[in-house]
Amino acid sequence: MIFCQSSVAGRYRPPLGALRIVTATDPKPLPSTIVRDDEAQLVSAAKAGDAAAFEELVNRYERKIFRLGMNITQNREDAEDVMQEAFLKSYTNLDRFQGDSRFYTWLVRIAVNEALMKLRKRRPNQVSLDEPLPGDDDSVFREIEDWGPSPEKKFAQTELNEILNSVIGELDPIFRVVFLLRDVEGISTEETAQILDISEAAVKSRLLRARLKLRQKLNKYFRRSESK
Amino acid sequence: MNCKKVILELTSYLDGALDSSVRLELEQHLSQCTDCRMVVDTTRKTIQIFCNSEPVPLPEDVRKRLHTALLDRFRRNAKTI
Repeated sequence: MIFCQSSVAGRYRPPLGALRIVTATDPKPLPSTIVRDDEAQLVSAAKAGDAAAFEELVNRYERKIFRLGMNITQNREDAEDVMQEAFLKSYTNLDRFQGDSRFYTWLVRIAVNEALMKLRKRRPNQVSLDEPLPGDDDSVFREIEDWGPSPEKKFAQTELNEILNSVIGELDPIFRVVFLLRDVEGISTEETAQILDISEAAVKSRLLRARLKLRQKLNKYFRRSESK
Repeated sequence: MNCKKVILELTSYLDGALDSSVRLELEQHLSQCTDCRMVVDTTRKTIQIFCNSEPVPLPEDVRKRLHTALLDRFRRNAKTI
């Protein structure tokens, strides 16, 4: 079994100082009523007007949301917009969050929608979350080559990052998003289905296609016969 | 189990979500089929390579702009309450 990310509901590490809003111009801390590691409590406090509680949620998830935005849009400015919009919209609409899912799942849903909107603006006719046509799974057996034990070690870290960015960027967004949520962010099939508003069967089917397509795209870099 | 069925079950197999009887059938096929074994191995490595890749860092200037925007929203919100 492959586990990529540790759970986002993992142990809360309190900041060294008091909770505070970090800005370039206003270093004064805001008091928080939250002392326990509990996302639901942070959300309740934020709903009641505790800005520092919301700030703590932001501190907890900002890196993940930025990374998700980068991975979906493949563009730093778009990723920044996605992150800002996701947090500002979640703050503005916090009253509408009913707690049916984790706050993080709700936040990711907003971020994914923002990111897909960015892609649609860039390529209006190419980004759809409609069910794709059935794939040609037989093509899997056209390129079968051994990669050896640690194929990624053939490349320096920077070069490897470029390869991974390039192949994930070539993937159709419909598959890219599912792969990122399930395999990179470690979000469950059920939650991925909720986020994308599709069935769990569709998540599984798209994940299979995404994994096989990425495997195929990486083959030319990682096959044993490829000499560097 | 044949090669096509292995591919259909690949995601569930890699996620450890297969019933034990199906998993045994699949593993029996893998022990005899080099092609399927390589597909399973390279797909598993694909996931691991992405998992182990360097996380995208959040640049400090991007983080500061986010927190400034939030602070502004908090202040506007406080004024309307």
